[in-house]
Parts: sequence; C-alpha cells; structure tokens
Amino acid sequence: MVVFPGSNCDQDCFHAVSKVVGQPTEYIWHKDTKLDHFDCLIIPGGFSYGDYLRTGAIARFSPIMKSVIDYANSGGLVIGICNGFQILLEAGLLPGAMLRNKNLHFICKYVTLKVENTNTPFTSKYQKGQIVRIPIAHNEGNYYIDEDGLKELRKNDQIIFRYHGENPNGAVDDIAGIINKKGNVLGMMPHPERSSEIELGSVDGRPVFESIVGWLGS
Amino acid sequence: MIKPEKYQALGLTDSNYQKIEQILGREPSSTELAMFSVEWSEHCGYSSSKKYLKLFPQKGKYETLVGEDSGGIMVDDLAIIFKMESHNHPSQVEPKQGAATGVGGIIRDIFTAGARPIASLDSLRFGPLSDPYNRYLLHGVVDGIAFYGNCLGVPTVGGEVYFDESYSGNCLVNAMSIGICRKNQVARARATGIGNSIMYVGSSTGRDGIGGASILASAEFQEGEEKRPTVQIGDPFTEKCLIEATLEALSTGYIVGIKDMGAAGLTCSTSEMASAGGVGIEVDLNLVPRREEGMEPWEIMMSESQERMLVCVKAGHEKEINKIFEKWDLHGVVIGQVNNSGIVTIKDNDQIVAEMPAKALTEPEIFDLPYERPAYLDEVNKLDIKTIPVPKDLNEVLLKLLASPTIANKSWIYEQYDHMVQTNTCVLPGSDAAVLRIKGYEWAIAAATDCNSRYCYLNPYRGAQIAVAEAARNLVCSGADPAAVTDCLNFGNPNKPDRYYYFKNCVEGIVDACKFFQTAVVSGNVSFYNENPKGAINPTPTIGMIGILDSLDNRMTSYFKNEGDAIILLGETREEIGGSEYLKVIHDLVKGDAPELILEKEKNLHSMMLEAIKSGLINSAHDCSEGGLAVALSECCIANNDKKLGAQITELGVNIRADALLFGESQSRIIISCREQNASKIEELAQKLSVPCQIIGEVSGNRLKILNLIDLPLDEIEKNWRLNV
Repeated sequence: MVVFPGSNCDQDCFHAVSKVVGQPTEYIWHKDTKLDHFDCLIIPGGFSYGDYLRTGAIARFSPIMKSVIDYANSGGLVIGICNGFQILLEAGLLPGAMLRNKNLHFICKYVTLKVENTNTPFTSKYQKGQIVRIPIAHNEGNYYIDEDGLKELRKNDQIIFRYHGENPNGAVDDIAGIINKKGNVLGMMPHPERSSEIELGSVDGRPVFESIVGWLGS
Repeated sequence: MIKPEKYQALGLTDSNYQKIEQILGREPSSTELAMFSVEWSEHCGYSSSKKYLKLFPQKGKYETLVGEDSGGIMVDDLAIIFKMESHNHPSQVEPKQGAATGVGGIIRDIFTAGARPIASLDSLRFGPLSDPYNRYLLHGVVDGIAFYGNCLGVPTVGGEVYFDESYSGNCLVNAMSIGICRKNQVARARATGIGNSIMYVGSSTGRDGIGGASILASAEFQEGEEKRPTVQIGDPFTEKCLIEATLEALSTGYIVGIKDMGAAGLTCSTSEMASAGGVGIEVDLNLVPRREEGMEPWEIMMSESQERMLVCVKAGHEKEINKIFEKWDLHGVVIGQVNNSGIVTIKDNDQIVAEMPAKALTEPEIFDLPYERPAYLDEVNKLDIKTIPVPKDLNEVLLKLLASPTIANKSWIYEQYDHMVQTNTCVLPGSDAAVLRIKGYEWAIAAATDCNSRYCYLNPYRGAQIAVAEAARNLVCSGADPAAVTDCLNFGNPNKPDRYYYFKNCVEGIVDACKFFQTAVVSGNVSFYNENPKGAINPTPTIGMIGILDSLDNRMTSYFKNEGDAIILLGETREEIGGSEYLKVIHDLVKGDAPELILEKEKNLHSMMLEAIKSGLINSAHDCSEGGLAVALSECCIANNDKKLGAQITELGVNIRADALLFGESQSRIIISCREQNASKIEELAQKLSVPCQIIGEVSGNRLKILNLIDLPLDEIEKNWRLNV
C-alpha cells in the first residue's frame, strides 16, 4: 500500500486487503524505494500533495515512483484507485488524462458499472458483462483520451469497467477503469474498498481484491 | 499614555482597559493589549454566556469526559470525542474559506484531544435562495466544506440546511466533528512539568486572520465594513499531514499537553495551556516559524494562521517529536519552556514584549446581563386558526412544501462531500441520522444535528427542548440510544435584553431536556452578535447528538422496504399549525406557538422504538418534522434512490382540519413500516409503553394516496423534492 502525504484511502484499502480478504499487507512510505518483495502494489485514493497543481502531478515525482515504474515494467501487478489512477496516468503507466467532472463538482455516490473484460488479474472473479454497484468519490474523474488512443484501448480490450446507465463525470466512452497493454497495471476511478463488506451496502468491489489473490495463487 | 481609540479598535471597552491597568499595575504594551483583547473577547472568554453555560449537565447515562477544548463519552475501552463550533461571520464575509477553516478548526479540536477524526456534520442556515448573494453563500460554503473535508479524508456524513429571511446578511455555519481514541490516550490542553519544552508544530505564521476572534466574531456586522482580511485561509493538505503527525507524536507518550492555535492563535494557546496547568510559560517569538517578513510581536501573537499547534513536550524528547513533524514536512521547533511563575512571558530575542499572569488573561469578567421578553412576542404568539383558510388543492400544497428549500432533498449538497471515506458509514446521508461502525467492535455510533429556529423564535424554552427531542428522535429512528450532546448556540447581540432573553431561555430549555433524557452536554460553543442591519437571526441553539447502537445490526433507515408492508403512525396528531413550514410557505405567516412537547411522552416513544428495532419487528422508521405527516410519508416513499415504493393511507383516525392533519408539526411522532404479521406485536408493545399507535395504511404501488386528500404519482413528488440551486 503506497502512502503519499495526502493519501487518505490507504487505511481503507489496507483494511479491505488485510481484514476482508485476509492477505498480508504493508504500508510503503513514498520515500522508500525497495519494492522487490511485494506481490502487488496498491496506490490508494486521496489527495496526494493536496492535489495541488493537478491531481497526481506532484506525486508522480515522489522518490517511490521510479521504483513503481520499474516494478510495473518488470511485470509486477499495480492497481491505482481514484487518485492512484490519476497518479498512474501522470506517471505514463496508463494512457490518457483526467479532466474535471463535467458538472464541475466533487461527486460522491454509488454508480453502476459494467465489467467489460474479465480476462485480467484484477477481474477474473467477475462475470463478463456483470453489472455492479461501486461508489465513486472524485473531482477529476472525467477520463479523456484522443480518438486514436481510444481505438487502441478498444482494440486491445483495455477498457475494464464502464459506467452503466448514467455517466456521472463525462468520461470518454463511459470509461471507469482501464488496464495497460501488458495487462498488469489497472487504474479505476470507483472505490472497490468501499464496497467490499455488506455493512457498507455492497460487496461488488470485493472481487477486485479476490481476483488478485486468485491470480497470484495460481 | 494609550489612547482610547487604540484599545477600542481592538474591541476593548473603557472598563476592560482600566481592569488591565489594574492587573498589571502599569500601562500595557501593545502586545499585551492585543493579547488581552483577544482573550477577553466574547469568542474566547465567554463573558456574556458563562453564567448560563454552567447549568448544562456534565453527567448523563454514559460516562463523560469534559476536556479543555472538547468533550466526549466513554464506551468500552474507547473515548468518543465530539464538538460543534460556529464559523458564521467568516463564512458570511468569505464563504469558501470561512466554511473550510470552520471545518479545519473543529477537526483540530478533535485530534488535539488525541482522537482520530472519524466524521463531520454541518448545520447550515442561509437567507432565501431568491437573493443571489444567498445563493453565492450556499455555493461557497458547500464548496469550502467539500474542499477541506474531502481532502482530509474525514467523511461528512450528515447535518442540516435551513433557509429563513432572518439569516440574510448573517448566515450560520456550524461544524461538528467526531473522533475516537483509546480511553487512556485522551490528550489534555495544558502545560505541566517545570522545565518541559513548549514546541510550535505545523504550518508557519503569517498575517492572516488577525482579529478574527475579537473583531470579526465578537461584534455585529455594520454596513459597508470591510472584514475580509480578518478571515483565515485554509490548507487541508497541511492539516491532513498535521493529523497524521500529531497522532503519531502523541503515541510516543512524550507529549504532556497539546492545544490547537485556533481563535486568537499563539495568545490563546500559551495563556490557556499555562492557566490550565497552573504554570508559567516563556516563549521567544524570534523562534516562531514565519511566512512573512517584518511581523511585529503583537501580529505574531494575534495571527490566526491555520494548521498550527502548541505542544508541551517532556524535556529531553524534543528531537523525537521534531523528527515526526519533519517526516511530514511540517515545522516542529522549541520556542519556550514551562516554569513555575504562573506568568506568560513573551520575548522577542532578549526583549520582553509581554509579561502577565496567565489566569488574568483566561478568566475575564463574567457578566450578568439583563434580559427582557420581547414585546412583540405576545402579538406573534396569537394565532386564530379559524382565520387561516384550508387550501382547496392539498396536492398542490404538498408539492410546494416538498419544493421548499428547507424540506427539499439535499443530495445536491451531500454528494459533493465525501461521506464514505474511512469505510465506516453504514447508514449514508439522506436518512434520519448517520450510522458509523467502529471497526473491531460490535456496537456503533449514530449522529445527528437539529434545530428548528422558528420554534425557538416563537417559544425559546420549548423550541430548544424540541431541538434536543428531535435530535434524539432522529437517533432513535436509526436504532441508536441517545447518549450525549454538543451544542452551538447562535444568537444576536447579548447586550440587547430581548436577544439575551432568547439566549437564557434556550439554554434553560436545553438544560432541562438534557437532564430529562440523561444526555450530558459535553462540549459546545457560543456565537453571539449574529445580526444584520435589519435585526437578529432567529435564535438558533443547534444541537449535535451522538447515539450508541448496541449492535450495528440494529441500524435502521427511514424509507419503505417492501410492497405490502403495514404503515404505522406512532404518536398523536393535534390541531397544531403554529410555527409550521406550512404556515410559512403557504400562508406567509410566522405566528402562533411552537408545537407542544411532553418530554415523558417523547421518552416513552424512544423506549418503544428501540425495543421494536431490537426485536426485529420493523423495516423502516422516519421522524415526522417540518412539513408534517404528508412530507414524512413522501420521504418514506422516495428517499431510497434504488427502490421507490408508494403508499396508501386509508385511516388516520383523528377529526381535525385537513391541513393540520397533513402538514401540522405535532411532536413525538414516528412513521414505521413492518411486515403485516408484526403489526399486532407492535401495537402490543406500544400499548405496554403508553405510546399512541395506529395502523394507517400499507406500502403499495407507485403513488402516494392519503385518504381522499392526497393522490400523487411518486415521479411528480420526487421531481419537486430535489433541491435545485
């Protein structure tokens, strides 16, 4: 669990991975750079460096990010949630960019998503085409990519989650989550850790973590 | 010789000034004068309110803890710390930063007590939205709360928003925060241990917010006055780092006392920590981290720059504390020491710029102010219901009430707040109260805020009692036992006897109601001088209440769950329309008396509800409040975004005017729904606890039908109910 100053979903993700799916989990301070012994990196949501300048733009220069890029390039699993997704975009590990939500407000609410590709380490426990309820909470989730980039994403089956029904933030092609071409780096705006326990109203996010565990175990 | 203009500009009176000379036995220095002016301001010193605040019960059914800056209750091995505070004038002047720093300030009060903030609530009041400035204020305040709270990662889980003419020119922003920590880890705001170090931690000091407490918060607005420079600027990212660094530092055990530099900044923190610990403190301003060149000593002492704390650290452990704050890129420097003099000594390099007894600063004169029942109340309280015509089209009345901004759905607001971060929010905003789990514990917390200030205007004693009763009722509807209270007392100028009458009576109402419900008042805040050139705001004693659920499984939501469920009304509907939203919106009248409230009946209702919920008998529970039965039933039908269910009300039993029946605001009423087969068990339980109980209809279809009075499709109800700003 990578922690930047300003991360604020780190403890929630830690709880979901360690307590809900029962996996050994560690926090990694952004000034650390040794990542070799981890099976998966989670870059949690929040407001790293206050989201000053542009979301994720400062975190991208944090000492740990060079190691994260090396880790991803050598095939390690990386998942960025919300601000984590924004950081992965800034770091160039995923294509595209984030704009402000089309209504220019922060939006926190449950949305419905369609799982578009289950042939990934992060979504194998879902059914293809499954409709799930997972909350969003962001100011800049309006995903943008140019025509050619979008064609590329579609061609390679890199679009993993799409908003179903209402598109809350104006994202191109209703995109809520994408994977890199190699298939080991996922970015998603919705928060699976907020929908992993029935007390919170939905368990539809839990398969994200369970898929990772399953993939690593196989 | 100090000229009167100089101390008057700081908000001090002639008699204040004479007292200062008497205490010091000499003329005060500029720094001393500035320090007295902020500490003796109403905002910090509570001179005009202390006499009545002493009446609040500090003990109740839960073990309490009343600290220097906040308070709480003990449950299991945990302390639940909570407090509400106003940031009214700053928000009126600069809504975004005013509201943001209001949130920042109250959250600092929680984590300086050693508790991790787990939730915030906001009680907001504005003038009518027809005025563009009020719309600007609403947008700005919501934006400020979102900007600050979302970044911190503290969920904003509830609150309320009211609109009334009296708030035009003086909006109210009351922010409440809740935190938890282990019982034995509660930190105190006092300096102790001769030779211990005084450290300054957090952000640097600038000229922002000078005079915030004394000039801005402790006087009325005058027309055309420029007070923007007295508003502080918030940096939530720094505060987030400060939360983590402070909790980390407290866990070392090397911190003996800690205090937020909020209102009156360094003046307040040095003098109050010394006074609370019965010690003296000497600090050197030259060591204070600054963000501006050439600041005078009095400016440093009065600055209200945000995200700063004063910490008393065990001698010899300063390095460990400094290291933690440096890790988070924050200042953490020693600026002075604790001594046994009882004197606050402020030095600038080697020169002493202020030297005075700590207690003299923190114990200003307490006033016993005159009060008088306003002459207009007799006239206002008169309401001959016969002169009010019953409207022909009651469907139209219901739709108008649902569209009234006070009643309308507030998802436009709360969806801009992150209300889910920390993954504890188990009943989301939009129900009667928020329910939060505590990871690792079976029990849970519920929280709500409440105050109908129109009732308080008509009948301050009863109106304040209703605020307490309704907050408790909201908790009970969510499955929680009402446990303890924080309050934010918003009133006009205390030196005007008619305003003070409201203050005195509201406080007495809260005192009696809280004693009756055994809910201690553990913390709070007073905000006077809420006036605009046309007069005072409605008296607004906002109640923040915490409840405890034995088990998270007992949490309850307000909306109907299943087609075919029976709908039951608990409580009695009387012919009361005085002070109602109906009377205001439809007849443009604010008249009559607040609805009747009998505490005994209210308490029986609570006991009955909690037992029914625990026994698993009911599927939903919703309090009847503004807009009465018809609005409450509408909300039961449409509050759940994912599943809207209609209702057919076939029996209401009482023979009173249709408008009073549908829209009257009789107290101590709850609408519940249950499986048909459980209805008789609920009736038995109600009878046992002497609660009036009646099966009034069933959940069915996609319309709301009430006798032959109301018949509307849910779509139309919902369309009117969504607040559109």
